[in-house]
Amino acid sequence: MDNDNATLIKQACADYDNDPRRMMDILWQVQDKLRCIDGEAMSLIASLTGTYRVEVEGVVSFYAFFSDKRKGDITIRLCDDIIDRHAGAQAVAEAFSGALGIQPGETSTDGAFSLEFTPCIGMCDQAPAALINDVVVTRLTPAKVKSILRTLRKTKDPQTLIGKTGDGANSDPLVQAMVRNNIRQPGPVLLTDVDPEQGLRAALQLSPQEVISHIEESLLRGRGGAGFPTGRKWRLAANTPAEERYVICNADEGEPGTFKDRVLLTEKPDLLFSGMTIAAYAVGARHGILYLRGEYRYLRAYLEETLQRRREQNLLGSGILGRKDFAFDIRIQMGAGAYICGEESSLISSCEGKRGEPKNRPPFPVQSGYLGYPTVVNNVETLSCVPRIMAQGATWFRGMGTTGSSGTKLLSVSGDCARPGIYEVAFGVTLAEILEQAGAQDAAAIVVGGASGQIVGRTEFHRRLCFEDLASAGAIVCFNSSRNILEAAAYYMDFFIEESCGYCTPCRVGNVFLKKGLEKIMHGEGEPEDLDYLRNLSDTIIATSRCGLGHTSPNPILSTMEYFPLVYSAMVKERPGGMQAGFNIQKALDEARIIAKRRSLIYDPAYGDRE
Amino acid sequence: MSTEFEFTVDGETVVAKPGQTIMDACDDAGVYIPRLCDVEGLVPQGSCRVCTVKVNGRTAAACTQPAEPGVVVENDTPQVQGYRRDLVRMLFHEGNHLCPICEASGRCELQAMAYRLGISQDSLYPYLQPVRPVDASHPDIALDTNRCILCGRCIRASRDVDGKNIFEYVGRGIHKRIGVNAENLAASDASIDDYAMSLEVCPVGCIIRKREGFFAPIGQRQFDNKPIGWEIEARHKNRIAVHQIDPSEEQS
Ligand SMILES: Cc1cc2nc3c(=O)[nH]c(=O)nc-3n(C[C@H](O)[C@H](O)[C@H](O)COP(=O)(O)O)c2cc1C
Ligand code: SF4
Ligand code: SF4
Ligand code: SF4
Ligand code: FES
Ligand code: FES
Repeated sequence: MDNDNATLIKQACADYDNDPRRMMDILWQVQDKLRCIDGEAMSLIASLTGTYRVEVEGVVSFYAFFSDKRKGDITIRLCDDIIDRHAGAQAVAEAFSGALGIQPGETSTDGAFSLEFTPCIGMCDQAPAALINDVVVTRLTPAKVKSILRTLRKTKDPQTLIGKTGDGANSDPLVQAMVRNNIRQPGPVLLTDVDPEQGLRAALQLSPQEVISHIEESLLRGRGGAGFPTGRKWRLAANTPAEERYVICNADEGEPGTFKDRVLLTEKPDLLFSGMTIAAYAVGARHGILYLRGEYRYLRAYLEETLQRRREQNLLGSGILGRKDFAFDIRIQMGAGAYICGEESSLISSCEGKRGEPKNRPPFPVQSGYLGYPTVVNNVETLSCVPRIMAQGATWFRGMGTTGSSGTKLLSVSGDCARPGIYEVAFGVTLAEILEQAGAQDAAAIVVGGASGQIVGRTEFHRRLCFEDLASAGAIVCFNSSRNILEAAAYYMDFFIEESCGYCTPCRVGNVFLKKGLEKIMHGEGEPEDLDYLRNLSDTIIATSRCGLGHTSPNPILSTMEYFPLVYSAMVKERPGGMQAGFNIQKALDEARIIAKRRSLIYDPAYGDRE
Repeated sequence: MSTEFEFTVDGETVVAKPGQTIMDACDDAGVYIPRLCDVEGLVPQGSCRVCTVKVNGRTAAACTQPAEPGVVVENDTPQVQGYRRDLVRMLFHEGNHLCPICEASGRCELQAMAYRLGISQDSLYPYLQPVRPVDASHPDIALDTNRCILCGRCIRASRDVDGKNIFEYVGRGIHKRIGVNAENLAASDASIDDYAMSLEVCPVGCIIRKREGFFAPIGQRQFDNKPIGWEIEARHKNRIAVHQIDPSEEQS
């Protein structure tokens, strides 16, 4: 390694006190500067941080945004989600490929460009979208690709791609993004103009126990998907004896089709930080972490500045709002491209500088989380509700929604609809009502909750969006009747295969088998028994997997089998006479032909003639 | 606090000490729960899921699940054994296993587990036939990752017993593999005397001790006469007969 690179690496480690727990930050810095973290870099980082090279390699190889091979100075990551494909991502990918002379996954020989596919980057309402280094580009077309590359070749700076910036804080000098908020329906709790600190001031008038009681009374449940009662979570953490406690905000937003946290982070960061501060006061935490997905790095400077301003306003730091006994501060932890890091214990592993693998439970994070301390992990939206509840009261909050689901929910609507974007609605609204509002009357299938959710058909459009019925983190992806539902299911299976952490057997291996089984059916080679095969395999994966990823990964297949049985029955065929549909003699022979380096005299008679 | 308590496994009462996992307590009682990634002397990690049991009706990994007073555990039931068969099959199909030419045959825990669970026929699962490297660089040790089942026993043995960290997981998902703390095994400070390289640690034929292959003749290998788990079942107060599932019992 040359001296300059070694100096850069030493600097990166020194910037984080050679602390292995800050491995993510160190690796980001090295990746940014050197465009890769190769074996030599790993060895040096390991020796400086007192870890082992293979541990560093374990972390580097876990995250999609880190690489041991040199990436181009400009890395283009194109979202290849089904939504983007429906919006024309394939033509965009071909345009990039053609103009750069490289395929996705490759780096140009001059080291200038890398082209990659990536799962959902949270821009589903303005697809097809891509990340060019940290810069988000949206609504791509092949024509735009040409002008993008022309600019990049000239300026070598992705930021110069931004012409017109988006609405609201997307135009903030520290954001400068072309992203649009697409707030289609503001609501009374979150997307409304209020003083974000009113709740914090109210909370500090109460005892921490009273704040928790307040949140319990509001019946606030987690907005990240699982719907765990927030007040109970806080009480469990507060009641665990410990010297330190942590509050972590989950801004990993990796569920395909979900982008509501992006909008909250852009437009309501003070509400969120205020909510984190209330949570810290309630549970007795001095430290907070905002875990921000790597895809949202374009918001980082803006969020850092917001934190800094809050410190200056005495809303963070020691003696918050004059309360000498209350100190709390927040740091931002960048993720680096791993859906599993949205799972709370993986997120904690990642914050600790490790591979983003889930931890064994028990102990639960509220008992032993970040660095072994009791830790509250809450979603961005959950924490943003908190100051509003403290300001307006639990009864006010419970007055919205249903008995089991109080308050409002942000829905991320995308796909085949006239008005994609964010809708703040009271829990209990029906799918049909949302589709009407979003201009998706011709929808034939809806993905509720993203890849891990349910793909439902028209027969289910009367169902309610709430924890008692269709529970989700709020993704609503619309497909019109021209879309192939099995293709969507297959894409989501690919997503899970790619994003499984690989820790446990059923999820690591079983999902690959599920996908292959589905492919067999899609190729018209399926038999009726294959449907049982898929069901049984799904049952084993769900029952034996270690975390929520494996508990939900068969959903794309199970829900399409349930709600679109005719699609499957049209594809599978009973084969008479013991013939195996899955067996293709020519394909089998092809393998043999390659191995034997010759053809078959029986099946390729023309070949025999020529001999 | 430190008083013993009871729970049941398939209707039988088992006594547990506070802090024990379901696996620990069952081991003491001579009730065998199948396992691959867990082994006595190393911290459990709960990754292979072969020890899946049902606890009050919900599935859990026995090796990491704390025993609790009064819980009802299902271990040897058709459903649970079916899950285990699926998992063991997944491991076979994930790697490249050709038992007849494998040095570990007869003492291999994966193979023995398949026999114990009554796996006798081909399954519907596809073979993934991955292309995986063999690292034969070290003078005394070879690593044939075609047979690695990612149990992580070598990782924990090297880290927690040898204090060396020769191994760690790298990659993720189906591309996850065992990495070595150097360019290759020879460049690491791995030694044949490490506990991690001992026959007890790697359950399959992935970590190979050179020049020691096929040390036991067929008929005298570890699992030739007694099924895997027999030594635990031998502790049972009634010495229940070792239960090897008859292949004809297998459903699916
Ligand atoms: C595979 C997986 C991915 C997840 N991704 C996210 C995520 O991106 N954002 C989130 O808030 N919660 C996510 N969760 C849920 C978290 O584990 C956790 O329940 C949540 O952050 C708790 O916050 P809440 O109670 O406020 O919802 C995910 C869970 C799983 C199993
Ligand atoms: S279920 Fe999947 S993501 Fe979760 S621990 Fe297992 S392999 Fe990892
Ligand atoms: S490791 Fe075990 S299962 Fe694999 S080939 Fe060898 S004996 Fe067979
Ligand atoms: S090398 Fe052996 S001990 Fe190590 S993970 Fe693979 S199978 Fe387990
Ligand atoms: S940005 Fe492509 S699906 Fe979300
Ligand atoms: S033995 Fe418990 S998960 Fe492997």
